[in-house]
Amino acid sequence: MSNLENFRAEVSEWLEENCPPSMKTPMVEDEVVWGGRNAVYKNPESKIWLDKMGEKGWTAPALPKEYGGGGLNSNEIKILNSELFKIGARPALNSFGIWMLAPVIIEYGNEAQKMEHIPKILKGEIRWCQGYSEPGSGSDLASLSTKAEDMGDHYLVNGQKVWTSYADQADWIFALVRTGPKEPKHSGISFLLIDMADPGVTTKPITLISGKSPFCETFFDNVKVPKENLIGEENQGWTIAKKLLQHERNFISNFGLAAGGGDGSKTKGIVGLAKTYLGEENGKIADLDFRSRVTEHKMKEHSFGLTLQRAGDEGGKASAASSIFKYYGTEHNKNRYELMIEAMGNKGFIWDGDEAESKEKAITRAWLRTKANSIEGGTSEVQLNVIAKRVLDLPA
Amino acid sequence: MKLVLNEELQFLKDTASNFAKDKAPVSHLRKLRDEDHPNSWDEDLWNEMVELGWTSILIPEKYGGSEFGLAGISVVLQELGKTLVPSPLFATGVLGVTSINQMGSESQKEELLVKILEGKLTTALAIDEGSHHEPANTELTAEKNNDGWVLNGEKVFVIDGSSADLLIVIARTSGNKGDAQGLSAFIVDPNSKGINRRKVPTADSRNYANISFEGVAISAEEILGEIDGASDQIQKVLDFGRIAMSAEMLGNTEEAFAITLNYLKERKQFGVLIGSFQALQHRAAKMFCEIELTKSAVIAAMHAADENSNELERLSSLAKFQAGTTLHTVSNESIQMHGGIGVTDEYDIGFYLKRARVAEQIFGSSTYHKARYADISGY
Repeated sequence: MSNLENFRAEVSEWLEENCPPSMKTPMVEDEVVWGGRNAVYKNPESKIWLDKMGEKGWTAPALPKEYGGGGLNSNEIKILNSELFKIGARPALNSFGIWMLAPVIIEYGNEAQKMEHIPKILKGEIRWCQGYSEPGSGSDLASLSTKAEDMGDHYLVNGQKVWTSYADQADWIFALVRTGPKEPKHSGISFLLIDMADPGVTTKPITLISGKSPFCETFFDNVKVPKENLIGEENQGWTIAKKLLQHERNFISNFGLAAGGGDGSKTKGIVGLAKTYLGEENGKIADLDFRSRVTEHKMKEHSFGLTLQRAGDEGGKASAASSIFKYYGTEHNKNRYELMIEAMGNKGFIWDGDEAESKEKAITRAWLRTKANSIEGGTSEVQLNVIAKRVLDLPA
Repeated sequence: MKLVLNEELQFLKDTASNFAKDKAPVSHLRKLRDEDHPNSWDEDLWNEMVELGWTSILIPEKYGGSEFGLAGISVVLQELGKTLVPSPLFATGVLGVTSINQMGSESQKEELLVKILEGKLTTALAIDEGSHHEPANTELTAEKNNDGWVLNGEKVFVIDGSSADLLIVIARTSGNKGDAQGLSAFIVDPNSKGINRRKVPTADSRNYANISFEGVAISAEEILGEIDGASDQIQKVLDFGRIAMSAEMLGNTEEAFAITLNYLKERKQFGVLIGSFQALQHRAAKMFCEIELTKSAVIAAMHAADENSNELERLSSLAKFQAGTTLHTVSNESIQMHGGIGVTDEYDIGFYLKRARVAEQIFGSSTYHKARYADISGY
């Protein structure tokens, strides 16, 4: 047996022993694991699964072992993922820390910061949120005004962030703050880690059109932040911020791909919904106009998936290309949900109660949630600007 | 399957790129058009392509070919597509070779593939009979007659049909119009009695013919493959053709887009470069995304063909659809972004638009392939 075949056998055996039975069933919305100090595990097996995976470093298989990652190469990761997929394993941990923060701490942090923060992220002990946007700084992020004054051994932080995802449940926040008020706007920003348990940090959830509150306003009122929480150099935070945004965009672009299981099978995707609610004739979606639009959507998705694969095969790292994926993936995801609720007809608008299945009501809420996909992490228009200027080199 | 080009393919692509730029820029096509060239392709240029070994790319090593596969000939066609080079490479090097290799007997392969490889034979696949591609609608009949067969019917829009030395004719030998099965392939000398070839002048200035067959007598040796056996085999030939055509269309798209981007960077209005206008930048950025998707679909399809993947049909339809819709948009936007100069014959960009629409129809439009993809996928 080759090394990889050995590895596959090991993974398979380990999963057999360690993946609890309920973790092989489809994810239930209120059992999604985000970790953190205040996490509540409705299903105790999800905590067991998180601990087992965290111990192995497989919540972040690509990161180095010394910081608690899996230390796997890309072939091994493919095998791990395919074995997880095979048994229908739930993700052990959802984490902005893993998706966005850990890669930039690895790249820009010092050794002490890596040892302090990364293992806790990967084990799900600390839950992070992102402090970027402000009420006056949306697309024009670099105009942000939350200030951090140098007080010798610490910074004094004052200001307000908005669209901080799950800030009311997070333990720490990675924030962009202004340390150089006199410098040009891009050159006076620093990247700071702040413990949300510190005095002076408060949060307030924002109710969205979906009726849910995944985002908050976060206020900083004379918060003392130790200097060792600065990542990289003072006033060099914009470079780090952009890098992190690329990781965020890469992660959001995966929205462009339908969840596993495939349409029409277990996870009732667009095709399944269309056949259920618009009817089926000889195995085909009966409404031919809708069938045509669904097919076009699925073909675009196929090409988009191949493009993500090609970027990986070409050894693509986070770059301006992430704007392409962010733009396309989010617009595609919005279109997917538009098609899904259209397929459901008046069933697509049921907000509450027993007249629709909970899965169907979830689609309605998710449809509304997708509207933010092309706004968060840089709007579609901002992505198109980035492509035009940095990829196509069009004049300013 | 890795969606990248290996060194061998990259080398072929670079060679073709230099060839197209040096020997056959768009002015080459323009010249052939202006002199109303009888073949619509240049013999000397074709001989140089043969010298470079491009006719041998799809031919197995056993018959002296280089066996670089569909990926090999696709990257060549992609580069030739950038300057809209007219040549028999598609009809002969892709369709002819694949038909013979797929359906032919050992002796047919030995004879015909070697001739193609040496540049001594060009071929044309006579399949479509109506204004839209649909092999099942074949009505041209082949009826048994003593030792041989007799062809009666009409083929249209046959690529290289007026210049080819040999016709590969798809005929109905059983069933009725609309049946997918019941088709057979014949190799036919275009100078046979009863054949009338009429070259059709088209917007893209290439070689097409409408061909009528009246009591054309065919010997038993001229059957390609089994009687009634062509229906499935021809789909594979067509899929190879669709993927290679998608690659050529990708080349058309890439170059039309590049020409247009350059124009946005040099044309000034209102005292500034028009490429600084957000209205144009966003449209350019969206086209770029579609081109990236098209590249991925084409690369995946050509590798699938060479790896005998059972996804060939689906990926072939995906590639043709993606290449067709993207080229459609880019060819239209290229004209619009050039403004007035874009609709002049003097400027090259109009050639891309005219080629685009013809290529979109070849072996199935985007609509056709959307429907085929849906059928295969069980939608």
